[in-house]
Amino acid sequence: MTAVTATCETCPAYNAAALKKLGVQVEAADYIIALAGNPNTGKSTVFNALTGLRQHVGNWAGKTVSRAEGAFRFNDKKYKVIDLPGTYSLLSTSVDEEIARDFILFGQPSVTVVVVDATRLERNLNLALQILQITDRVVVALNLMDEAERHGIQIDVRHLSRKLGVPVVPMVARKMQGVPELLQAIEQVATGAYVTRPYRIRQYDERLEQAVQTLVEAIHAEYPDLPNARWVALRLLDGDASIEQAIREGRLGDLTRNNEPGVIALEAVS
Amino acid sequence: MNTQTLDQLQIGQKAVVKRLSVDGINRRRLMDLGILPGTQLQAEMRSPLGDPVAYRVRGALIALRREQAQQIEIDLIEGEE
Amino acid sequence: MSTILDTAKRLRAELGADYHDLLIEAIYTDAAQIADSCVSHDTKKARLTFDKMLDRILTHPIGGFVAMGIMFFIVFWITIVGSNIPSQMLADFLLGAVYNTLHEFAAALSTPAWITGFFIDGVYLATAWVVSVMLPPMAIFFPLFTLLEDFGYLPRVAFNLDRLFAKAGAHGKQSLSMMMGFGCNAAGVVATRIIDSPRERLIAIITNNFSICNGRWPTLILIGTLFIGNTAPPALASLVAALSVVAVAVLGIVMSLIVSWGLSRTWLKGEASVFSLELPPYRPPQVMKTLYTSLIDRTLIVLSRAVVMAAPAGAVIWLTSNIIIGDTSIAGHMVNFLNPVGLLLGLNGVILVAYIVAIPANEIIIPTILMLTLTLGQNIAGAQSGVMLELGDAEVYTVLTQVGGWTLLTGVNLMLFSLLHNPCSTTILTIWNETKSLKWTAVATFLPLAMGIIVTFSVNLLVHIF
Repeated sequence: MTAVTATCETCPAYNAAALKKLGVQVEAADYIIALAGNPNTGKSTVFNALTGLRQHVGNWAGKTVSRAEGAFRFNDKKYKVIDLPGTYSLLSTSVDEEIARDFILFGQPSVTVVVVDATRLERNLNLALQILQITDRVVVALNLMDEAERHGIQIDVRHLSRKLGVPVVPMVARKMQGVPELLQAIEQVATGAYVTRPYRIRQYDERLEQAVQTLVEAIHAEYPDLPNARWVALRLLDGDASIEQAIREGRLGDLTRNNEPGVIALEAVS
Repeated sequence: MNTQTLDQLQIGQKAVVKRLSVDGINRRRLMDLGILPGTQLQAEMRSPLGDPVAYRVRGALIALRREQAQQIEIDLIEGEE
Repeated sequence: MSTILDTAKRLRAELGADYHDLLIEAIYTDAAQIADSCVSHDTKKARLTFDKMLDRILTHPIGGFVAMGIMFFIVFWITIVGSNIPSQMLADFLLGAVYNTLHEFAAALSTPAWITGFFIDGVYLATAWVVSVMLPPMAIFFPLFTLLEDFGYLPRVAFNLDRLFAKAGAHGKQSLSMMMGFGCNAAGVVATRIIDSPRERLIAIITNNFSICNGRWPTLILIGTLFIGNTAPPALASLVAALSVVAVAVLGIVMSLIVSWGLSRTWLKGEASVFSLELPPYRPPQVMKTLYTSLIDRTLIVLSRAVVMAAPAGAVIWLTSNIIIGDTSIAGHMVNFLNPVGLLLGLNGVILVAYIVAIPANEIIIPTILMLTLTLGQNIAGAQSGVMLELGDAEVYTVLTQVGGWTLLTGVNLMLFSLLHNPCSTTILTIWNETKSLKWTAVATFLPLAMGIIVTFSVNLLVHIF
């Protein structure tokens, strides 16, 4: 699917109609970048580093309550960045998580950058792995590398990248270290130059795995091209109301056609 | 036989979570914070007013109130200072 | 389509309640494996010695509270001392030089009196007044607060104080929005965003007004000095005055805990609540960047909202004092109408009218009271209708007692009313922005006002009984 994006230089690689519905002005942007991450990982610092904006960043959990937007240019392409609320997970029921989840799933950003705290990798990977179930186009920004060093933590970045199947960029966002590399990684994933092979969760319980399989089959019967059927199945098993709603309204199908802008244009704005 | 709950853990002691005896949103939040069966915890410091207590969980320092800690059943890890 | 949903429903029933646990366990197991394979710890440095040591001091049963006291004393001291001079300079410039120049300019153009009055004495003067009183303390207080926040200290304060708030059904982080409220309630309301459970956040929003904001400190200090300090022997006067102001602030903190307790057991009983407080690692604050962002983020936003509110208030103050209907101005009619109510509360009509027309900013309460007292009574200080004015302390006392007829009771009740009344309109607007709920905005607005009316009325009653 990314191949289509790469060949189509002019057409936007995101679901414009859905984004508009989510309140994002997509005019004049070539790519939409979503910024996700645990609270207190320096997500807003990365946002500021990318966009040059100066959103206040507190040393807090869950500071960004409202959604911030910014933009930057890189190699003659215009990128719009959406700073999603900081969350620990996408599986619970808080408003913040719903905003982040709906945005990544229905907004279909060109790239989702997951900001990860290098000092607490294991805990942060919880969210990163969840996001990798939803979307292929992910870049991991491994932030706070200086803190990790201070605490005697060493991370094999290349190995992590191989494991996750997406680019991993070590950063110290507050010192602007790693920003050029992050920009490059974003570009490569957005254009499809870097083909990601996102990690899929393996350690499912047998009963769970069977249920997921059954449901994925049912979903594929209806939507053969749905790229993240597993995630949709997982959410449906959890009784996610917004995805049930999307199925009832037939919106789930939109998720399969995100690279054919002509089709999206016909979609009603409800 | 001697089931302990997290609130009984002394500062400095380590334990492994055995069971979360709570449901609903509170259970989910604990799990979001990385506290689930098998997770290792260490009690790190107590608030000067006695409650809450901060625990080291997967590298992060998380404060839990007593009534939350009581809902977490643990196995003590002995012999470590 | 429905086949998918039906299948999901059937499978969900089969899996039962364990589903969510199984899923999260699966994800964490994988996360742990991946992390294990990529991370190596340098055992020598692995202990976070500095952080641990700092935490030990800052959350120590005694040291923790001492550190907290020192930290906040320093913040408030720097704010108060540091803002004196720039405040005076701004006032001299905006209320003196610019104001006079504007008048000269208007005179040179021979502008009609009502235009110069409305725009220069009304709109401009109120706005300039609010700017000169508000800007310097905020420009100092917010960056200092932000530095502590960025360093990672504030979550430790919440950790230290949580038990107190837990007993009141609130969240320890409320201590921080309250402290922010001592600078500005509008900023305090915004600061409640750090509280992630909706119930505790609403409690913090509704009770933030009980933190005496920057706009109310000068009123309290002035009245405390003139009416309470003066009752003590001269040697103790300033101490007694200071104690009276501190007493009102402490009363505010107590009120805020009591109201939190009440709300969490009544109106907000049913709302779901989950406690979580993460103590982030300490990080060296970036001083210059913090100064810049907190100036833009907090100070200028709050200030611009206040200016938007102050300008129309200035217009209203000028108009009500200058439009004459029958034998007196609109303000005069309002004062006459509200005077009986004011007296019941141990206040008077002028004070109530001042609190109504000066709702945008507590900063202009005293100037408005002085102007109304003088222009509606015996004008011994040459006040002009609708033109707020500043006087020396001794003059203020003479005006209030001789022209206004104030007594010790009026002074005490004004101090109480200054603590317990509706939030300023900037704060009300902010509460609306944060809650988007008419109900909670109304509760946050009228609850303290109702409390103020009850308290001042009771004090008045008690004084008259004994």
